[in-house]
Amino acid sequence: MTQTLVAIGTRKGLWLAHSSDRRSWALDGPHFLMHEVPSIGIDTRAGRRRLLVGTRSEHWGPTVLHSDDLGSTWEETPHGAIQFPEKTGAALERVWQIVADPTDDDVVWAGTEPHALWRSADGGQSFSLVQGLWDHPHRTEWGEGFGGGAIHTVLPDPQDPASMVVAMSTGGVYTTGDGGKSWSPANKGIKAPYNPDPWPEFGQCVHKVARDSSTPTRLYAQNHHGVYRSDDRGQTWTSIADGLPTDFGFTVLAHPSHGDELWVVPVVADGERIPPEAELQLQHSTDAGGTWQKQSNGLPHPSYTCVLRDAAAIDDHHEAGVYVGTRNGDVFVSIDAGRSFERLAEQLPDVLCVRAAALP
Amino acid sequence: MTRTVTGEVRLRIPGVLRDLAGGAGELRVAVDEAGVPLDQLLSALSDSWPELVRRLRDETGALRRHVNLFVDGEDVRRGSGLQTVVMPGAVVHVLPSVAGG
Repeated sequence: MTQTLVAIGTRKGLWLAHSSDRRSWALDGPHFLMHEVPSIGIDTRAGRRRLLVGTRSEHWGPTVLHSDDLGSTWEETPHGAIQFPEKTGAALERVWQIVADPTDDDVVWAGTEPHALWRSADGGQSFSLVQGLWDHPHRTEWGEGFGGGAIHTVLPDPQDPASMVVAMSTGGVYTTGDGGKSWSPANKGIKAPYNPDPWPEFGQCVHKVARDSSTPTRLYAQNHHGVYRSDDRGQTWTSIADGLPTDFGFTVLAHPSHGDELWVVPVVADGERIPPEAELQLQHSTDAGGTWQKQSNGLPHPSYTCVLRDAAAIDDHHEAGVYVGTRNGDVFVSIDAGRSFERLAEQLPDVLCVRAAALP
Repeated sequence: MTRTVTGEVRLRIPGVLRDLAGGAGELRVAVDEAGVPLDQLLSALSDSWPELVRRLRDETGALRRHVNLFVDGEDVRRGSGLQTVVMPGAVVHVLPSVAGG
């Protein structure tokens, strides 16, 4: 029977949950106790079982480690998998995103704080700075969200290796069509309500972007107020927030095989970061954001927690599992597309990142 | 010109970092009689223990914010920082700041 791995990165370490049926789970951890784990990649390409994690200690700084035996042992590139070149004068603060490339089995991408994109051609053991984005004239004007200034979303295009979308808080969405040599802001239609000019070229606080599985040119964005869809690789965006209880939130998920199907996890507002009516819930759409349905069966109510931008995930089973981790250390799983949830883990430190995969 | 090795500096490693120093609680570095700036001492250590030294300073060479180095009991931040010259026989303590929750 296919094994499922759920990796749970928290403020104080990593836990790994294993299951053969996604109903009963064996929890292994903590790994890296007292290190935050804000980024995880599970690389199952070409028969691999590689876990990549970005860890960070308040004392000892950030690093990237990988395991090829599901966490029994971890390896670290001696001089660091991600190191800013000396000429930049910058130092790595935190790895926010680790993404396996969909078209090249050896390529892994990373997004970091400070705002930078990195490419690895050896499965994540060493990364090179994507100079085209680092040299972008807007970079010095990109701001810091509450969590820091970072590339938090990296979306390679499964149909075009030269095309990619990245997003940052604050700064917004940027795209490349030439393999990362040049980048353009892609924020038309995304409002920056906190800005004197609410429709700037860049500077939006985009919290997360997801790519539609059937139509890769279609993107979904959860903004710092505002939920949007783009049907042209981010060139223009239209609101899909009608029907939602609130347009604030941190995460957005796209179904891995059903086009037009997505989830957001609504939060009341910028100044009130709790679930709507204190009911932890997802909002689910099967028509690309045209209509929404609340999903809260099995989730706690009342609840005053919050789900961070990378703390929700979908696995790659045919009947995809949906996973939601909270700031109060619970992780919930649904194997019926969100219609009902079970608690997978509880009483962990606040959950920063969840990733899930069916193991080869 | 050949440098004359006249002594050693001892670097005391906190328990949480000893896995990155081959399990050792103390590392010894040979220095000549003129001593060596602390940043050069760390660079010499990095040849053998790169993961350890990356925990102490970032890739710009800056001492990490919550890492403290004491040379013979003196906090180098109150002196010359990583330019502090460490003499043969000195003891360098690595101590994490007390913070967090």
